[in-house]
Amino acid sequence: MEELDLARWQFGITTIYHFIFVPLTLGLSVLVAIMQTFWYRTGDTAYKKLTKYFGKLFIIVFTLGVVTGIVQEFQFGMNWSEYSRFVGDIFGIPLAIEALMAFFLESTFLGLWIFGWNRLKKGVHLLCIWLVAIASNLSAIWILMANSWMQVPVGYHIVGGRAELTDFVAILLNERLLVQMPHTIIAGFVTGGLFVLGISAWMMLRGNQKEIFQKSARIALVFTAVASLLTATTGHSQAQDTVQSQPMKMAAMEGLWETEEPASFSLFAIIDQENRTSMREVRLPYMLSVLAHNNLTSEVRGMNDLQAEMEEIHGEGSYIPPVAVVYWGFRIMVGLGMLFIFLAITGLVLWWKDKLQTATWFHKIAIAFIFLPYIANTAGWIVTEMGRQPWVVYGLLLTADGVSPAVTGTSIWISMASFTLVYGFLAAVAVFLIIRFSKPGIPKENKKKKEASEDDDSKDSDAFVY
Amino acid sequence: MDFQLIWFILIAVLFIGYFFLEGFDFGVGILMPFISRDDVDRRVCINTIGPFWDANEVWLITAGGAMFAAFPHWYATLFSGFYLPLLLILLALIVRAVGFEFRSKVDKPFWKKTADHFIFWGSLIPAFIWGVALTNIVMGLPIGEDMNFHGGLFGLLSPYAILGGLASTAMFTLHGAIFLTLRTEGPLMERAEKVAKMIWIPSGVLLLVFALLGYLYTVLFDEFGLIPGTLPLLAIISFIAGYFLLRANRFGWSFAATGGTIIFGTIVAFEGLFPKLMPSTLNIDWSLTVYNASSSELTLTIMSVVALIFLPIVLGYQAYSYYVFRQRVTRDSIPTS
Ligand code: HDD
Ligand code: HEM
Ligand code: HEM
Repeated sequence: MEELDLARWQFGITTIYHFIFVPLTLGLSVLVAIMQTFWYRTGDTAYKKLTKYFGKLFIIVFTLGVVTGIVQEFQFGMNWSEYSRFVGDIFGIPLAIEALMAFFLESTFLGLWIFGWNRLKKGVHLLCIWLVAIASNLSAIWILMANSWMQVPVGYHIVGGRAELTDFVAILLNERLLVQMPHTIIAGFVTGGLFVLGISAWMMLRGNQKEIFQKSARIALVFTAVASLLTATTGHSQAQDTVQSQPMKMAAMEGLWETEEPASFSLFAIIDQENRTSMREVRLPYMLSVLAHNNLTSEVRGMNDLQAEMEEIHGEGSYIPPVAVVYWGFRIMVGLGMLFIFLAITGLVLWWKDKLQTATWFHKIAIAFIFLPYIANTAGWIVTEMGRQPWVVYGLLLTADGVSPAVTGTSIWISMASFTLVYGFLAAVAVFLIIRFSKPGIPKENKKKKEASEDDDSKDSDAFVY
Repeated sequence: MDFQLIWFILIAVLFIGYFFLEGFDFGVGILMPFISRDDVDRRVCINTIGPFWDANEVWLITAGGAMFAAFPHWYATLFSGFYLPLLLILLALIVRAVGFEFRSKVDKPFWKKTADHFIFWGSLIPAFIWGVALTNIVMGLPIGEDMNFHGGLFGLLSPYAILGGLASTAMFTLHGAIFLTLRTEGPLMERAEKVAKMIWIPSGVLLLVFALLGYLYTVLFDEFGLIPGTLPLLAIISFIAGYFLLRANRFGWSFAATGGTIIFGTIVAFEGLFPKLMPSTLNIDWSLTVYNASSSELTLTIMSVVALIFLPIVLGYQAYSYYVFRQRVTRDSIPTS
């Protein structure tokens, strides 16, 4: 059993870590591309400066996404060999396509973008960053296709103890994918939007190039406002899908032990998993029926009923995930989602009143919000992945049956210790570099220099070189 | 159509692409400390591979994904079996990438020195381990009836496997040295050339010993594939030709020759294995083969269509990127920081 627990911890740690950088890449790549597009269209050098400023931060983030991603590609085989044998026929396809279609595109054109400032035509150079942004988001689609199949397996049959593909289109159009992919990508946009907003606010607060940073703050505000509203609506669709496809997870998300009709939404509860009850509950009547089925009356099934049903189908065992974690994870995510919407609307109002540059209280709040999307993202994934337990492929393969038999606990300890160490070190370096490169802001040009500014620019561009 | 064969070939192609491309950037990383005289030299070295190393690494990622999709058992057995060596490769690739990307971000000697260590060890370790791993596969591994690896770490470190690691390291270093003669100029280029000339003959001896012992220790030549003898011969001829091409100052051709040795050498390994993927030393019937380890026909068909569409596109824009950055990296092009 030790191997199983270690393997789970290791997967959780490395994947959560990867997903700290990935959503920022998803959003920031698009935002940098937008800034560069503004520069290309208007010729306003403020946008060029912003492109370079945020571009450098983007590269730092991107690098960490790449190095942690390499681990992801191989760790299914390392720690989850039986899982890999079971799902390979289906799961491998999106993984291979992701690399072939997205990662090559991303890495090649990022190389061209970084080193091509003085070498490529402006339009081609702009195209490069757009291709990077598109490729990042494409890669998310494919990896989520793999994940959504684990959540809701479709288009397969079981042959010789392995899932074999019968219908590729079913996997491409998996209903789970259609709700999960927009929500995750848009959450990435929120992450990027709040990052740019927060950094811009920080610079305005410090009085660095307020005019320029007001421009980036505006772009980020519009972007975040739209995206944060969409996280809520797409999250809602996802919840509705979960009720159908993984009722046990939904019941755990709500701490709902007994079936209710109409069902109420829980705001607060102390979960007692052992005795299968929740204490000190605060519940909003009817709300869960609305969330789950868009009406005031429908039934939502509780964990006790579902457990009995699962035992009938799959034999004895506990099919209830760690309820407290899932319950609170969900509340943290949704709560933060509401805050993001609120912040974005506040920002838009300030812009409308022309106070975006001066409202220092808002700047301070926006800076704090840089850090919150990571918590929301992580919480969301913990709900998704822990809520699926004890299954690794829902209804088909138990997590305990997926682990590598050939790998000893010692090996996993060694790898977990080294990943934790190296990742900890990387985190420190990343934070240090992001602060170091964002803090000086954008240097002011003095008049004399302005004449030679073309020359200056090219020097500045080379700062992208290693 | 025999899709298993096609996918075996395609995965071989991905590994060949990986060893050829990442081979030279491993070499550059290994040589950088030895041929640079100052910080600018080091930065020139890094910038010769700057736009490429990440895309080169994606060849490995794609190979991993393709193994997962086409031969899930191969993916599962190989990476759970080579757990700790693979871990070392991953850690090395991590610090190496960080070294490249972050080295010039802070202008402090300690910072740069650390990055240099990351780059050097991060290039040397994978260059060595890939050789060890491939040698182990062609030697056969203790694979049980359950398709799982039943050996320990130290079983992987036989003297012959270590020789394989040294051979791959030597080959990548050489390949990187010639690459540097193509992408740099002046004294730096001359030093790269000198190193190449210096290590060529000892590397040749090493490779020859490795190849000859291969007859004794590996399954490669037991039932050697279609045209026995030709491919190993091509690898050897290519290696020797490279030396004379270098002496004749034909650097481009010499690079093609070191690349040729890597390509033919990798083909020999894959062809010698076929139809096995991982021969078992416990019972030859327990070996993983392209037939018992593969995915369903439908999966292989879909993957073939995808590869047919995207591989040419990838090759197209990668070629474009090498074309854009075809000029030599000069010391003047490095901005003062
Ligand atoms: C900035 C991040 C963020 C924000 C603000 C939200 N989410 Fe979310 N959520 C994610 C980031 C995220 C995620 C990390 O991206 C997840 C994990 C898996 C997935 O598809 O997306 C996720 C999963 C996820 C799930 C899936 C659980 C399952 O597997 O069944 C549901 C039901 C919701 N979310 C619902 C919401 C609702 C109703 C929100 C209201 C505002 C919300 N999310 C905001
Ligand atoms: C990036 C966002 C993700 C995060 C933060 C995340 C988080 C986690 C966590 C915390 C676990 C451990 C659950 C437990 O053991 O209780 C886990 C398990 C797992 N996840 Fe994810 N996951 C993410 C995405 C994915 C994706 C995209 C895939 C597949 C393509 C995936 C595949 C798996 C597998 C195979 C396991 C191991 C089996 C298990 O413990 O259930 N995950 N993940
Ligand atoms: C929801 C989960 C995930 C999403 C949305 C996602 C998305 C991305 C994105 C956008 C990148 C580009 C680099 C960056 O953005 O920083 C990336 C890198 C990478 N990811 Fe993930 N990823 C997820 C989880 C995983 C998992 C489970 C794997 C394992 C197969 C994986 C494998 C990789 C690899 C190999 C890279 C490096 C690519 C390169 O070198 O360019 N990712 N991922």
